[in-house]
This record gives sequence, structure tokens and C-alpha cells, in this order.
Amino acid sequence: MKQFKALLTSPAFLIGTSLFVLCLFLSIAYPLITSTDPFARVGYPFEQPSLKYWLGTNAEGQDMLAQILFGLRASMFVGITAGLIATILGTLIGITGGYSGGLLDNILTMATNLLLVIPSLIILILITTSIEKRSLVLVALIIGATTWTWTARAVRAQAASLKNREHVHLAKLNGAGTLSILILQILPYMLSYVFMAFVMQMATGILSEAAISMLGLGPYDTVTLGQILHYAQRTEALINGNWWAFLPATIMVTVIAFSLYLVNTAMEGIFNPRLRK
Amino acid sequence: MTLSPRSRYMFRRVGWYSLTLFVALFLNFMLPRLGPANPIDTIMTKLSSPGMDSQAYLRIYKSYVQEFSLDKPISMQFFTYVGKFLKGDLGVSFTKYPLRVNEIIVNALPWTLALQIPALLLGWIVGNVLGALAAYKRGLFDKGLYPLALFFSSIPYFCFAIVLVFVFAIQLQWFPAMGAYGNDMLPSFSFAFFGSVLTHYTLPFLSLFLILVGGQAIGMRSMAIYELGTDYVGYAKMLGIGEGTIVRYVFRNAMLPQLTGLALSLGMMVGGALITEIVFSYPGIGLTLFTAIRESDYPVIQGCTLLLTLCVLAANFGIDILIGILDPRIKAAQEAGNA
Repeated sequence: MKQFKALLTSPAFLIGTSLFVLCLFLSIAYPLITSTDPFARVGYPFEQPSLKYWLGTNAEGQDMLAQILFGLRASMFVGITAGLIATILGTLIGITGGYSGGLLDNILTMATNLLLVIPSLIILILITTSIEKRSLVLVALIIGATTWTWTARAVRAQAASLKNREHVHLAKLNGAGTLSILILQILPYMLSYVFMAFVMQMATGILSEAAISMLGLGPYDTVTLGQILHYAQRTEALINGNWWAFLPATIMVTVIAFSLYLVNTAMEGIFNPRLRK
Repeated sequence: MTLSPRSRYMFRRVGWYSLTLFVALFLNFMLPRLGPANPIDTIMTKLSSPGMDSQAYLRIYKSYVQEFSLDKPISMQFFTYVGKFLKGDLGVSFTKYPLRVNEIIVNALPWTLALQIPALLLGWIVGNVLGALAAYKRGLFDKGLYPLALFFSSIPYFCFAIVLVFVFAIQLQWFPAMGAYGNDMLPSFSFAFFGSVLTHYTLPFLSLFLILVGGQAIGMRSMAIYELGTDYVGYAKMLGIGEGTIVRYVFRNAMLPQLTGLALSLGMMVGGALITEIVFSYPGIGLTLFTAIRESDYPVIQGCTLLLTLCVLAANFGIDILIGILDPRIKAAQEAGNA
């Protein structure tokens, strides 16, 4: 409880949370801001920002404001979905290995370490190239299924140290089953860690989407922030100085990543007693 | 014959990396074949698409089938693939036929290495020194450095790259916006060429270097703060040992986890740096991948992914060996099972 109070008075945590909530709000309330179809050709290519088009138009003559808000929504969806999947997978794998120890732990740790060494972006590239019709949901699923390694590693260490606590032994003596111990005796003690992992996994999810979209392997059925950047790159908006076609999307990705990192850093400072002054 | 603990550690690492390499090869071979859009179908659809010499495509198709024994069962294909890899043969490009993938990669790889290795090494060193200083000095230096480092460490590489291009290349026009050297020259050993390479190198290098410095400084700062609070530092102070010596010890002890951290996050860094190449149109592996993906040039895509994985594995192996040399605990033969 004391830690929770400390969080609520930490400026880094508050700034990070507000920025993220703002992005979330924009992606939910976006139909109230503009009713323009992000895919419709409304103007000439690369029109400068004006009263008519607040953020100008891209090479296709599409309204950039609608594109950005729509893309933000899609990117947030990928971040949250992939983040949830990766956190659940990583927590399951980490807690199982860390608590059970022995051969199972060795196998899981080995798999985790293997996938930590091989860059997850490479695995993402290999999977996405083999699927031509990539939907946004599918991309989110693939990212979630490939980026859980960090969480598994952190959770395993936590679980391994928690399993020797007295209350766990007590529960064992009382004849509690493994599953009930994991859920009632281990998991509650590392919820803050799992939440921190989720924050970082969301950031990883959003950045991974942006990265594979930049490479041209993004979802085909929608617009994401990464795809706006990819398209700006392909239509040479960057070289021609059409800043409205890439700068807002760049800033959006940066703001989301920055806000999540801030939240994580603030939480680490409070929940990791080693760093206290 | 008993091996020294250090040799045993080294042997274990070699074994571990051999396994990792095998898994990497397997993933590189299997994953693209799992989806519905496998390379061979892509060629077949291209065969029937207009604007392409169908004779040429048939030739490519035939050579591809033959080269990778695609008419044989999948297990045989995998062995063919591994055998070819061990010979250093990555096949033939679809779109740049008859150019071999090796030639394409050999042209691109030096640019990527020249960009990433110095950025990684220098970024790591500078970041660690700054972080340790911030932890030790505290006060104003720390108050200034910490938020700055935090900000830099949380910007995605490619976003920073885009901002750098926009501000310094497009608006101010201090540096060129794309390429590795002026497009009006050919690579040669001349001052003009080197000057051009250097001006083209500056922005991409900075985009990686600054962000790395930020991340490493943050990590080192918290490590060093933790070390400074340990018993041995207090004891050394009591004994009246000089500050310089204490700082050296603290730095050395905090450095090992930083090395391990570097090894672990190497994969993520390399991925981010790849996208940076696309932003700068820097002719390395990242841009090669970008082009190959757009043209569905599967052999080149797979060659690039495999080579990148190899580089990351090699770098990790190097860091592990370094840790083996530096870590006194390995010398002290702790029978810890955490390989």
C-alpha cells in the first residue's frame, strides 16, 4: 500500500500514465474528432496542412489527420493485444519453470534463452513473409507469440526465489495443490512485476509492429502508425520535406514508447528496493 | 584429465552456441515454409504474370527446384539447406538472377557492420562511464544527465533517425539525407570519397549511438548505485583506501551485469538498427531486406535473416567469452548450474 502511494506521488509515473491515457483516449474518441474516411482520396497528393486538412494529405491525397488517428488506434490495439498475449505466455512459462525446477525448468529456461539470443524481429520477418494476407489481429497474435521471452526470464527468477518463502511451505504442509499454490501463494507476490512486464511488452508490441511495417510486412487490411511511416518512406515524403506525412506518426510512436518506459522506470525505482537511495 | 573451470565454461558455451545455431538454421528453413505463401508458389504465380519473361522464370524455377532439391521430401531439403549453408552457399536471387545471394550480402554487410559495431562499442563505453559518474557524483551532474539519458533511451531508433534526417538533412541541410556516399562517385581510395562516406555516416551513427548511450547510462547508474551501497565499499572506505581505487572496483563489478545485459539486448538493438538503415537508405542488410521483401525475393530475405542471426550469435559468443575472462566467479570455480 505504501508503495502504491509512492507511485501516485511519483512525477515520472504520473506523466507516463497521463500520456498513455491520452493516446488511449485519442484512439477511442477518434470518430468524435474527425469523420473523414482515412482511406478516401479527399485532396491532391501532399497538400500542406490547412484549415481544411489539419495535417495535410499523403501521396494518395488521403487526409493525414484521419490516417494518424486511425493508425494510432490500430497500433494501440496491436500493443495491448500483443502485450497481453506475451505477458500471459511469459508469466505462465516463467512461473512454471521457476516453481517446478528440475528438468521442466531446464527445458523451459533453455527454450527461453534460445529465443532471447535469436532476435525476435528476425523470427517475425520469417513468419510474416510466409503469410500474404496478414490481418491486424494476426500481426498482433504473431508479435505476442514471439516477444514473451523477457517476461519469462524475469518471472522465472521471481518465482524461483518466492518458492522458498515460509507461506509457500505452509500451504504445502496444508496439502494445497501446485496450481492453487501458484495462483494463491506465488502470483500475488509478483503482481507488480507482472504489471511492469506488461507495460514493457506493450511498448515492444507497438515498436515491433512499427518495425515490421517499416520493412513492408505490416497488416494489409488497415493503417497503422508503422505503415504510415512505411508509406511515407516509399513515396519519398522524407526526402521531399513533406513533414506532415511522417512527423506526426513519428511523434506518436515516440510518445507512446516514452510514456510506457517512464511508467516502467518509475515502478522499477519503487518496487526494486535495490535502487532506493 | 580434469579441465579447469574456465575451460569447462568455454566448452559449455561452445556447445550452447552450436545448438543455438542449429535452431536458428531450422527456424530459418521452416518458418517461411509454414505459411500459405511459400516461395515456390510465388514463383509460379509470377510465371503467369505479365511483363515477365516466362522463359527466364521457368529457368529460375528449375534451377531453384534443383538447387534446394524441392522434389525431395522436406527432411532431405533441410539437410541440403544445412549442407549448402556449411559450404557458405545461400542460393540464387529470384529477381537479380543469376546473381547469387552471397554476392548481394557481401556488398551490403560491410556497411551494416561499419555502422553498428562502432555505435555499439562506443555507445556502451561512453554510456557506462557517464552512468558510473552520475552514480558516484550525484548532485547536478546526475540531475542533468539522468532525465536526458532516460529520454534518449526511450526513443525508438528509427523515430530518432527520422527526426535527425528531417532536422539536419532536410531543414538545415548540414548532412546528406540518404545513401552511404555521394551518388556522383564510385568507391575508391581517395580523400573525396572518404569525406563523402564520413558525412553520410554521421547521422545514422548518431541515431544509434546517442540512444545506446542513454540506455547504457541508465543501466550503469542503477548498477553502480547498488554497488556503492554494498558492504565492501563501506569497508574499503573505513580502511582508508583511496577513492580512485574504490571507483575502479565498483566500476568493474557493475560492468559485468552491464555486459550480460548488452548480450541479452543485442538482438533487439540489431533489429532496431536495421530499420534505421531504411530511413537513411543506407545500403546495408536492412535496406537489402527492405528491397527483397518488396520484390518477394525469398532467397535474399532468408539469406539476410540468417546472416543477421549469425552476427548476433557471434557477438553474443564474443561477449560470453569476455565475461568468462573477466568474471572472477568463473575462475573461483563456483559450481553454479546457471549456464
